[in-house]
Amino acid sequence: MFHPKLLSQPGAVATAETDWRKRFEALALSARDERLRAYYAAGMVGGDTPLSAVPLMALDVETTGLDPVKDGMVSIGLVPMNLERIRASASRHWILKPRVPLGEASVTIHGITDSQVMAAPDLKQVLGEVLQAMAGHVLVVHCRDIERQFLNGALRPRIGEGIAFPVIDTMELEARLHRNQPRGWLNWALGRHPPQASIRLVDSRARYNLPRYRPHHALTDALASAELLQAQVAHRFSPDTPVRELWS
Amino acid sequence: MEAPAMQDEQLEILQFLQGQPAFAALPEEALHRVATSVDVRYFKAGSSILESGQPAEFWFVLRSGAVEVFRRDGTLYNRLTEGGHFGEAGLLQKKKVRFPVVALEDTLLYLIPEAIFTELFDTQEAFADQVETEDRTRLRQVVSRREESNQLMSATVDTLIGREPVTLPQTASALDAARCMTEAGVSSLLILEEASGSAEPVMAGIITDRDIRTRLVAGGLNYDTPVSAIMTSKLVTVEHNQLVFEAMLQMLRHNVHHLPVMRHGVPLGVIALSDVVQYESRNSLFVVSSIFRQSSVDELAALTADVHASFVRMVNEDASSRMVGSAMALIGRSFKQQLLALAEAELGPPPVPYCFLALGSMARNEQLLVTDQDNALILDNRFDPARHDAYFSALAAFVSDGLARCGYTYCTGGIMATNAKWRQPLKVWEGYFSQWIEQPTAETLLSANIFFDLDGVWGKTEWAEHLRKFIARKAKGNSRFLASMARNALLRTPPLGFFKDFVVEADGRHSKAINLKRRGTAPMADLIRIHALAVGSLAQNSFERLQDVVAAGVLPPGRGQDLHDTLEFISTVRIRNQADDLTAGLEPDNSIEPDKLSAFERKSLRDAFSILGDAQTYLKFRYQPGRST
Repeated sequence: MFHPKLLSQPGAVATAETDWRKRFEALALSARDERLRAYYAAGMVGGDTPLSAVPLMALDVETTGLDPVKDGMVSIGLVPMNLERIRASASRHWILKPRVPLGEASVTIHGITDSQVMAAPDLKQVLGEVLQAMAGHVLVVHCRDIERQFLNGALRPRIGEGIAFPVIDTMELEARLHRNQPRGWLNWALGRHPPQASIRLVDSRARYNLPRYRPHHALTDALASAELLQAQVAHRFSPDTPVRELWS
Repeated sequence: MEAPAMQDEQLEILQFLQGQPAFAALPEEALHRVATSVDVRYFKAGSSILESGQPAEFWFVLRSGAVEVFRRDGTLYNRLTEGGHFGEAGLLQKKKVRFPVVALEDTLLYLIPEAIFTELFDTQEAFADQVETEDRTRLRQVVSRREESNQLMSATVDTLIGREPVTLPQTASALDAARCMTEAGVSSLLILEEASGSAEPVMAGIITDRDIRTRLVAGGLNYDTPVSAIMTSKLVTVEHNQLVFEAMLQMLRHNVHHLPVMRHGVPLGVIALSDVVQYESRNSLFVVSSIFRQSSVDELAALTADVHASFVRMVNEDASSRMVGSAMALIGRSFKQQLLALAEAELGPPPVPYCFLALGSMARNEQLLVTDQDNALILDNRFDPARHDAYFSALAAFVSDGLARCGYTYCTGGIMATNAKWRQPLKVWEGYFSQWIEQPTAETLLSANIFFDLDGVWGKTEWAEHLRKFIARKAKGNSRFLASMARNALLRTPPLGFFKDFVVEADGRHSKAINLKRRGTAPMADLIRIHALAVGSLAQNSFERLQDVVAAGVLPPGRGQDLHDTLEFISTVRIRNQADDLTAGLEPDNSIEPDKLSAFERKSLRDAFSILGDAQTYLKFRYQPGRST
């Protein structure tokens, strides 16, 4: 999912590096919910772990709208992966009943209907499963603020506390390449801004010769991000690159 | 939560697979299982995807990008793009990667686990067909062609030289040249230029039979004309270490039929186009010529290994069943002829003339390795048993025992010249055939079938010719006879097909192996023979008979070609199976276990059996008793 408002918020750009291993150790002690405690207790790799040794999990959520405060999640897709393999065969998908009604517009985007949602459980009921699947993995997303803010925002009213986790954001990796290019002396002198490359998932994928997938299915989008990350690493990083250079 | 519902699965993967030919025909449940077992991997352009020899764990389908598949010798084997697949060779054979694969472009691959691939391949006919025809049959041909076959491609020209070059100085006359060529029995002469001093003579040109015809005789020149005036002085030559194949190209390119073979500027000999053309079949021709050089049964029996070697070589060179069948029949006929020559040398000349007959597959030029001897004797009508039969009985015994020693087992049905019943004067043979044709009974015809394929191999072979015409005349349009023959022909039916490692019979029974002769080629030959007799064809070979049958219009349109292909295919599988047995050091036979067949062969055999079954039904309908033909 892509929302311009989210990009403009502070935090969309990587800031000071977090020591996620230490932070997970601390959170495991302070978390009150049992499921959340177990999630943190599963631990996190250190920042100097080479990418080839990092267990990864591509994540995507579909939502009723774009405001993490007002809108809710209707589905979560998870695809485990590493640099060698995207284990689509081990992927997981949940349809959820959000606490806000489905807008007609969102139905047309993600194709999940009222009747499916009515039959679906509340996130609270499957939270243990979801957290268990995520445990021990570094998450891979395209546009981290959506996943972070929606997961965090969904947990607070349900268990009274939020969640924090490291992500590798394939959109941010594309932005690093395409948005931080020096403009060039001549362009600078003339005040010209070269056209910016799109970092939307579908356009980013096209640059790596990845096929066009129909967007807005949590599982397909998670798979699409997973493939994009493999492509980015193959082209621009190495299996030995420490994970701290990519995650935030 | 429950297991994800259908629409929640990997939609992209599912829909992509649905659009690929290999998966198009899969039931939804199977397709769904594939889609949910797929793993994914991205490869950057230029990176190695598979290396030869690593364990084969997946079958790969290209989702996007392009890859190149290489042979083990590093040459390009295939280039694939979206929807292409690879890795099946490794999975189907040794579970090791056979062909290295490299990403030509940035490539996204779907990985299908070995277990799923194998299950689909074994249980889903349409899937197996698609994968097989896409790759493995082609691959097998390519591999066998490259690895084992065609010594034409690797033999050097000096292996073809039979003798020293025959030469004349350029001062010799055309008449001298013609005499010299006749004496030496050659079709070309090298003409030498006398060199000064001690230097080697230099080649000035070549003259051939054709030069004498076109330039001398047709040109109206005097026989005293010096050869230099009619020779070809622009010489096309080959070096001794060039390939036979290259020599052939030279001849075609320059339109010449003779090439001097040179070593260090000195001619070693001359090779003719016929040498090159015959090279392919040289082994079987060599066996035949050595058969005629042997002077005892022991020596003949020692040639069995050569016969086997020439059989295997022909198979490896992808000879058609017809080529193999007639080469093996030629060899078998030669054994008979040489044994008869040896018998006459031992027993003395025959008291009355005779014709030694080959029957069955040898007469049809469809002989393979595993064959029993079916033969008979036509004797002169003056034959008097009391005075002459001791000789012919001894002759028949000599030949029959000799053939048995050379690998042609005795006929269990006693259809051999050693049986007095099948050692009869021509008029008795005419009587036999008249009775079989005019008063047919199922029982008599059951054993008589084989006599309707007959060929004279020695002596008065025109009598065999006479009998063939006699049969053709009497059988044509004789509905009662044809109906009886047809009834017998329906006794041997093909199986239905294959399931797992079993042969499935029409009644649902399973058997472990199939006799491809008894259940395939023999019923084919039977039904083709009946149609041939119905139309009065004099041909003996099944393919030739089929041509006559098609020309006579007794088959529904297209059926002739189907029958031709069916016979060729079943024969080819049978032939290859025998060659494989020989190569593996086993006793060759006609029996084949389904697990030895590739899925492509299984599928094609099933088609062949079904065509054979239909053709038998048609035979029954066409030659119903009382139906006018």
